[in-house]
Amino acid sequence: MKTHESSARSAERTGRAGVLATGQPGAGTRVGAAALAAVALLGASACSVSDDVKTGTSSSQAAGADKTVTLVTHESWSPDKKVMASFTKETGYTVKVVKSGDAGELANKVVLSKNNPLGDVVFGIDNTFASRVAKGGVLEPYTSKAASASTSMYDLPEGQGKGALSPIDTAAVCVNVDDAWFAARGKAKPRTLDDLTKPAYKNLMMAPGASSSSPGMAFLLATIGSHGADGWKPYWNKLMNNGLKLTSGWSDAYGVDFSGGEGRGTRPIVVSYDSSPAFTVDKKTGRSTTSALLDTCFRSTEYAGVLKGAKNPEGAKALVDFLSGQDFQATLPGSMYVFPVDSSVELPSDWAKFVTPAKKTIEVSPAEIDKNRSAWLTQWKDVTSK
Amino acid sequence: MTGPATARRRSLRHGPGPLRRAPLVLTALAVFPLVFLAVFFAWPVAAMAVRGFGPDGTGTDVTGLGGFVDVLTRPRVLRVLWFTVWMAALATLCSVALGVPAAHVLYRLRMPLAGLWRALVVLPFVMPTVVVGVAFRSLFADGGPLAALGWDGSWQPVLLAMVFFNVSVVVRTVGPMWASFDPRVAQSAAALGASPREVFRTVTWPQLRPAVISAASVVFLFCSTAFGIVLMLGGLRYSTLETEIYSLTVEFLDLRAAAVLSVTQFVLVATLLVVTERVRVGARRGEERLRRGVAQAARPPRPARGDVPALLAAAAVLALVLAPVVTLLVRSVRVAGAWSGANYTALAPMGVPAALSQSWRIAVDAALLALALGTCVAVVVSWRARTPLGRRGIAVLDAAFMVPLGVSAVTVGFGFLITLDRPPLDLRSSSALIPIAQAMVALPLVVRTLTPVLRSIDPRAREAASALGASPLRAWMTADLPLLWRPFAAAAGFALAVSLGEFGATAFLAQPESPTLPVLVYQLIGRPGQANFGAAMAASVILAAVTTLVMAVVERVGAGAAGRMG
Repeated sequence: MKTHESSARSAERTGRAGVLATGQPGAGTRVGAAALAAVALLGASACSVSDDVKTGTSSSQAAGADKTVTLVTHESWSPDKKVMASFTKETGYTVKVVKSGDAGELANKVVLSKNNPLGDVVFGIDNTFASRVAKGGVLEPYTSKAASASTSMYDLPEGQGKGALSPIDTAAVCVNVDDAWFAARGKAKPRTLDDLTKPAYKNLMMAPGASSSSPGMAFLLATIGSHGADGWKPYWNKLMNNGLKLTSGWSDAYGVDFSGGEGRGTRPIVVSYDSSPAFTVDKKTGRSTTSALLDTCFRSTEYAGVLKGAKNPEGAKALVDFLSGQDFQATLPGSMYVFPVDSSVELPSDWAKFVTPAKKTIEVSPAEIDKNRSAWLTQWKDVTSK
Repeated sequence: MTGPATARRRSLRHGPGPLRRAPLVLTALAVFPLVFLAVFFAWPVAAMAVRGFGPDGTGTDVTGLGGFVDVLTRPRVLRVLWFTVWMAALATLCSVALGVPAAHVLYRLRMPLAGLWRALVVLPFVMPTVVVGVAFRSLFADGGPLAALGWDGSWQPVLLAMVFFNVSVVVRTVGPMWASFDPRVAQSAAALGASPREVFRTVTWPQLRPAVISAASVVFLFCSTAFGIVLMLGGLRYSTLETEIYSLTVEFLDLRAAAVLSVTQFVLVATLLVVTERVRVGARRGEERLRRGVAQAARPPRPARGDVPALLAAAAVLALVLAPVVTLLVRSVRVAGAWSGANYTALAPMGVPAALSQSWRIAVDAALLALALGTCVAVVVSWRARTPLGRRGIAVLDAAFMVPLGVSAVTVGFGFLITLDRPPLDLRSSSALIPIAQAMVALPLVVRTLTPVLRSIDPRAREAASALGASPLRAWMTADLPLLWRPFAAAAGFALAVSLGEFGATAFLAQPESPTLPVLVYQLIGRPGQANFGAAMAASVILAAVTTLVMAVVERVGAGAAGRMG
């Protein structure tokens, strides 16, 4: 109230002055004074912003000379801090991270900045985008020297990234079911993709959309791999007619609509990961309330590679080696919720107990995905927006 | 208020002498923001368009025109275009219809806790889209409290969300302006026998119109480029130009079609700006006749019976704003079906304090930059030019700074990548781009908050001060500055809020290693497990609380300064 009163007083004074208006024009001076104030402000802000600019450019310019290696990655990059510190300690290289967008954006940005790479190493190219990046000619031929033999099963085919991209982590996108929901109603769970179109499961399923979500895309690819280039559209028609509900992203499908998720929704079938059951453990019974349907999985593997024109190629190679090495691999489940590609690495106890990793997954080759991605997505949009 | 008085004033203001310098100063003031706009907006967007239409694009024909016909005749694109326009128009209409009465209640009536309500209205501005999406969907999805409406995945939640995010723009652009009107004019009109409705129509509305139109055009631009909210709430059935450009650029790398749509977006925005400028010029004539000279001459009155509809509208706004926020709050303190504070105690190890301080640092940078540039622009565009050419120039300048709101953040983000890649402007991997991009978003809001006030400042007070011997600077500081503090504080608050919550533009830029709070929330909600989901909810509540606090403090400081400076 105090402020109101004082401002009222000031207004009164101004008002009285207004009545006395006779003097000289001051419009020009208003502009002048405002200019002064603005310049002063600009100066002030320029300082704090330009500090950033300076550090930004100096570190990228100095990258070749000193021991900085620049990692280009997507927004989900959230490594264990301790293990990254150990990389610096072991090799002397400091990692500067440039992250933006999702996996698709990352791939496109790397391709678009071919002549002037964004950094030294790229991490986060998955098997669905590997071919686009490999064809773009933006990678230096190099694969990890530290990778264990068990990672070779994730190597990319010839001409689609082989020899330039090293596998780092992997996850399988599978249909998940709320076991508790089915048990409470005495109903049988679905097992296969075809089960999902049966009347028994009408209006029970959720999936993130293929056009806006990478697990959504993986699920679409699973159906394309299993039903073939001609069969997947009729299959999706049946799915939609059976009441499949789509959301834009995974968090929405799992966190709002899925009955086994945080939102306690109404639908007991959802597209998620084979590792998801590790996060729905009932503390009372000590068992997971959900499970993954292992016949419905599509594998998504993320790769790292050295960028052509890297300012610090030696540091880049060291970083790729480190990412596929045992120390870093062991932190992957805890920090980024994915499986290490190195099968000799020990998994966290919840993962070991409650997760059955998908062994046999549905395959679609990276080259085929790259060739048909637009067409498939356009057709998928047509089928699902009827 | 009469003809001769106006004529005399005009002759004084446009007299010879020191005024001859004014255009020079104005030009100097305009240069800074223009260079900024050119480097950080026009150039990147133009580069993307050139690449899209050029031989580098993925299209087979290299003439842009064929591309236009091809892309714009796709049935899908037409559908998207139509949905974008009518949805944004409807959302703008609703925001204005609710926002103007709410501005009256929150800024002109004596309400308990008015400051708190004013701060709360801005909350939506900073809520991370992904979390608001979850909150809205929790209301409408099967099993939610509003499931019976059957709106899940339909356009109504999209509309509500757009109004949710934008009603504050109307309230906060119109409110401070309205609060500073001289109530005596309306009082005299009422004393002369005008009914409240007549008073509003003949006295209040002509003064208010410029601010309302300003706010409406900003809201329209925000709605027409809405991204995440359309994706999440539209259930993939609906897309706007913005989501379409995203999918063409990121999914398909179809730069040609994306360029066509970006240019279409640009044309749409330009048309809108020309139309609003026409309307506003009409409005300004009225404004000139009714210039006020007093800020807040009296304590705001208590609500009267005639204020009931406005009170209802304000209640509706608060309900709309609070429903998703309360949903979040409740979900943040529920763990495994019981009440618990575990989500909050888990925030520290998840890096929330670091993210908060990172957000804050960036927000201060962005707000300072937006205020500095915005003040330059506002001073220039509020200048009453004498020649038609000058007037047109100023109108174009005014519009130019609105355009970034209406053009796809994806295009700008990818444009940065291919333009700002050489020293001295190798900023692609620098996080300095984030405050810059956010300042671009906040700039039009700052301009739109300051300009109406600058335009309607009565020069007589300053003239009087000069006559009494004050130096020009002193005259400006004693006469004009007190009137500017409040809108300036409002603009600062807006800029901070935009930056604290901004996610759209930054999502396409290189992010600093330590994430901002909205980015962290986005990461958390994308990870499995109750702990992460709960932490995302709790972190959003923290973000909302911090913003409310900042807004309330800025408001206080602004009001206090307005008092002291007098």
